[in-house]
Amino acid sequence: MSTFAELLLNGISMGSVYALIALGFVVIFRATEVVNFAHASLLLAGGYVTASLHDDIGFWPALLAGIAGAALIGAAVEFLVMRRARGGDHSVLAIVTIGVDILLTTELTRRLGTDVLALGDPWGDAVLTLGPISLAHTRIAAFVAAALLITVFLLAFRYTSWGVAMRAAAESPETAALMGVRLGRVSLGAWAVAGGLAAVAALFLTVFPTPGLERATSLAAFKAFPAAILGGLDSTTGALVGGLVVGVTESLATGYQSDLAFMGRGLGDLAPYLVMVAILLVRPAGLFGTKEPARV
Amino acid sequence: MSDLLATQAKPRRVLRRPAARTCTAAAGALLLLALPFYLDRFWLQAGLFAMAAAIGAIGINLLTGATGQLSMGHAFFLAVGAYSYCVFAADGGDGLTGLGLPTWLAVVLATLVAGGAGGLFSPIAGRLRGPYLGIATIALIFIGQHVLFNARDLTGGFNGRDVPPLSLFGLTFDDRELLVANVPFGSAEKLWYAGLVLLLGGALFARGVLRGRPGRAMNAIRDHRIAAGVIGVPVARYRAAVFVLSSMYAGLAGVLLALVFQRTVPDYFGITLSLEYLAMIVIGGLGSVSGAVVGAAFVSLLPQLLTRYSDALPLVSAPGTGGIAPGEASRYLYGAAIVAVVLFLPGGLVRVAARRRFGRKPGEER
Repeated sequence: MSTFAELLLNGISMGSVYALIALGFVVIFRATEVVNFAHASLLLAGGYVTASLHDDIGFWPALLAGIAGAALIGAAVEFLVMRRARGGDHSVLAIVTIGVDILLTTELTRRLGTDVLALGDPWGDAVLTLGPISLAHTRIAAFVAAALLITVFLLAFRYTSWGVAMRAAAESPETAALMGVRLGRVSLGAWAVAGGLAAVAALFLTVFPTPGLERATSLAAFKAFPAAILGGLDSTTGALVGGLVVGVTESLATGYQSDLAFMGRGLGDLAPYLVMVAILLVRPAGLFGTKEPARV
Repeated sequence: MSDLLATQAKPRRVLRRPAARTCTAAAGALLLLALPFYLDRFWLQAGLFAMAAAIGAIGINLLTGATGQLSMGHAFFLAVGAYSYCVFAADGGDGLTGLGLPTWLAVVLATLVAGGAGGLFSPIAGRLRGPYLGIATIALIFIGQHVLFNARDLTGGFNGRDVPPLSLFGLTFDDRELLVANVPFGSAEKLWYAGLVLLLGGALFARGVLRGRPGRAMNAIRDHRIAAGVIGVPVARYRAAVFVLSSMYAGLAGVLLALVFQRTVPDYFGITLSLEYLAMIVIGGLGSVSGAVVGAAFVSLLPQLLTRYSDALPLVSAPGTGGIAPGEASRYLYGAAIVAVVLFLPGGLVRVAARRRFGRKPGEER
């Protein structure tokens, strides 16, 4: 039972990190209807900036720099590429982000090489023990940080004029534009926010017990894709639930791997995708996604 | 008299073009047929990779280019094709499962198995649209990798397995040399012709699909799904069917790739490979057979060219020397090419050549 509780808590913590990534993904989708496959590389970029600066300027400034860096890269991608291609077919726009992803990932993995970089986080490998359950401090920090950020984000989405503009743009771009919402700024903001969230997620994907920032980190970011789509691409609630589902599934499948040996090794990496496929079979628009009404 | 008027009314170029095109095609075909007599093994292999890639790219172009359904899972179907060929054709001598079937039958069966795998995914492929399907198909890559590493009896696990050479009408496509007009023919030379035949067949079939009734229906689904449904196109069935067809192309491409490599390893069939195929069709031109072929040649020859001439090129250095390795350089180039093509050349490389002929406006929305 204590193993189960431990796995569950770890899963929820990881899930909240996935939710951060998925949230950025959903924000971009709502603001611009673009499925952003470059998200993994934004995450890697944020992590890389933090990792390379923390020795010189300390961890917290480096983290801020990482967030700012990823946000800037996101904004730059929007400004230089996506804005120029706006109005194209959705699949084509998605493929453009793949092109961007190939460029960014190649550059970052070339810089990383085979190195594993530490991000210099203050938590180290400390473990909190509560009776039979032990939890790494990093996991608690991840959950708290993600919960805080998500709350702030959802409040901003609901009450600030930026959030209203973004929701209006998602609802109906034409009407929003006529009402004076500057769509360009909205989508620029969405990309920047998504980049920032991804940078925070990069931190928590690379702290203890994972070894550090390496090439494979961007693969971890791929787990946020099922999180976003099984919740429903256009739903912020969906991103949160999706993130948690993915995190918990992954954690349980890894933890009970020995009992599931007939499924082969490394099941934990696969489980989120299997859950995604299962959910899509039943609900093609995801758990919370709106089935878009179409006017002919 | 009226006949004369009719001919005069047409611009002369239209009358002359078919003949000119036939001549160009014939010259191109002759060139391709003659190449194995002159090129060395390196270039032939590069060409074979391009052919295999072209077959796969035609498949994904039917799906993504013509029907607007994004797929990131193409590498999975390539793997299914490559490994099923091994399973069907191997004689089980290396301790792995092998059915020992005739190799030509193995090629056919491997293609069908890839199609069957696509069919299994059809409940999802039929219902999800565009980018959603793109994300859902990422699952295939991870499932594929999992199976490739774990089903050791079938796939040989991490180390992969040897690919039995193709043999057809008593001719074996292996490295036992055969002299043709005083040119030694190894596996690359012999496979070159097999590749040409497969590519030609695949291209003609796809062109037939695209030009006929199914092609119209596919384009209608891409351009306006609901309107297509209203005029009587069974949207879900078409999406599923195109997905199956595209996986069969991928399977065939996988078989050819395996035959060229002579060994299949699971690492090759990762997400990067899927991205490469998407890069091919965007760079070459979405929705057309020629676009797929041109893009495939571009993306698959680029790394080979850069590797071959890495000494002579500025900024590119041999792998492991700290500079930009050829593989990376080529990824930069095609990543940038995707972005540049979408921004500046909607329609891809083939449309540049064709733009003067059809003054069609690119990018009509929805």
